[in-house]
Amino acid sequence: MKIKFYPAFLILIFFIIFLIFYKGLQNPNTYTPSVEIKKNIPEFKVKKFKNEKILNSKDIFLDNKFYLFNIWASWCVPCREEHKYLMKFKKDKNIEIIGLNYKDSDENANEFLNELKNPYDIILSDLDGTIAIEWGAYGVPETFLIHDKKIIKKIIGPINEYSFIEIEEIIK
Amino acid sequence: MKLFKYLAIIFLIINISLANAENINLQNKITKNLRCLICQGQSIYDSDTEFANSLKLVVKQKLENGKSEDEIYSFFQEKYGEWILYDPKFNKNTYFLWLLPVLMFIIGGAIIFKLFIIKKK
Repeated sequence: MKIKFYPAFLILIFFIIFLIFYKGLQNPNTYTPSVEIKKNIPEFKVKKFKNEKILNSKDIFLDNKFYLFNIWASWCVPCREEHKYLMKFKKDKNIEIIGLNYKDSDENANEFLNELKNPYDIILSDLDGTIAIEWGAYGVPETFLIHDKKIIKKIIGPINEYSFIEIEEIIK
Repeated sequence: MKLFKYLAIIFLIINISLANAENINLQNKITKNLRCLICQGQSIYDSDTEFANSLKLVVKQKLENGKSEDEIYSFFQEKYGEWILYDPKFNKNTYFLWLLPVLMFIIGGAIIFKLFIIKKK
């Protein structure tokens, strides 16, 4: 009886280890950030675009209102792609668009806005990229839908037709 | 008296640079333990992307504001999730990861002990 116990035990252990690794094989090994989150918006102080005025995040985002927080830069090509959707949101009275100009020069950003028109109600300036880190952003473009000072949706990459419709449904 | 003054100044300079070096060492240690999320396989320390450079700056600012190493890790974990840490913390998702080697060591040791040492006796 004693002789049979060890092989059985060993086989069981190897089987468990095999099962764990086999399951692990099916997990994707690329990082997929979560997009459905209910997190409080971060608190920060930030410089206004083309202005030396320092704004507090508490004064920008008010309760019971929808905000679209969009991180953009003039050097970012996908930002041009999503621009038409931001212009559509501008016509919507239910939502206010806050732009965060990421690692950009005032001159280039101005040119970008003159060329494509300005969809933003307020533009903030993030010269060193640290404010974007506070938001948990990966790069540009990235968009956060905010309601009641909470992030209710996060779009990594440019806004497309699908995400545009999705946001429109939420803010209706 | 003059000599004393000079000595005091030299002592101060050495002290400041030492404190600075310590801070830089800690900063390097922290950034080596943070994963660059947009350039996989690299740490923040190794990477030179916009994302990594901003993260290095945030680590530096947090250290200057007197935040501890653990507080900085918790900050990034809250913002980006567990994945950003190369050295994951012990919690309900990772306990198996941490305990498996210990478990295997104990079971293996028990098998060796039973098979060889008790048999010899």
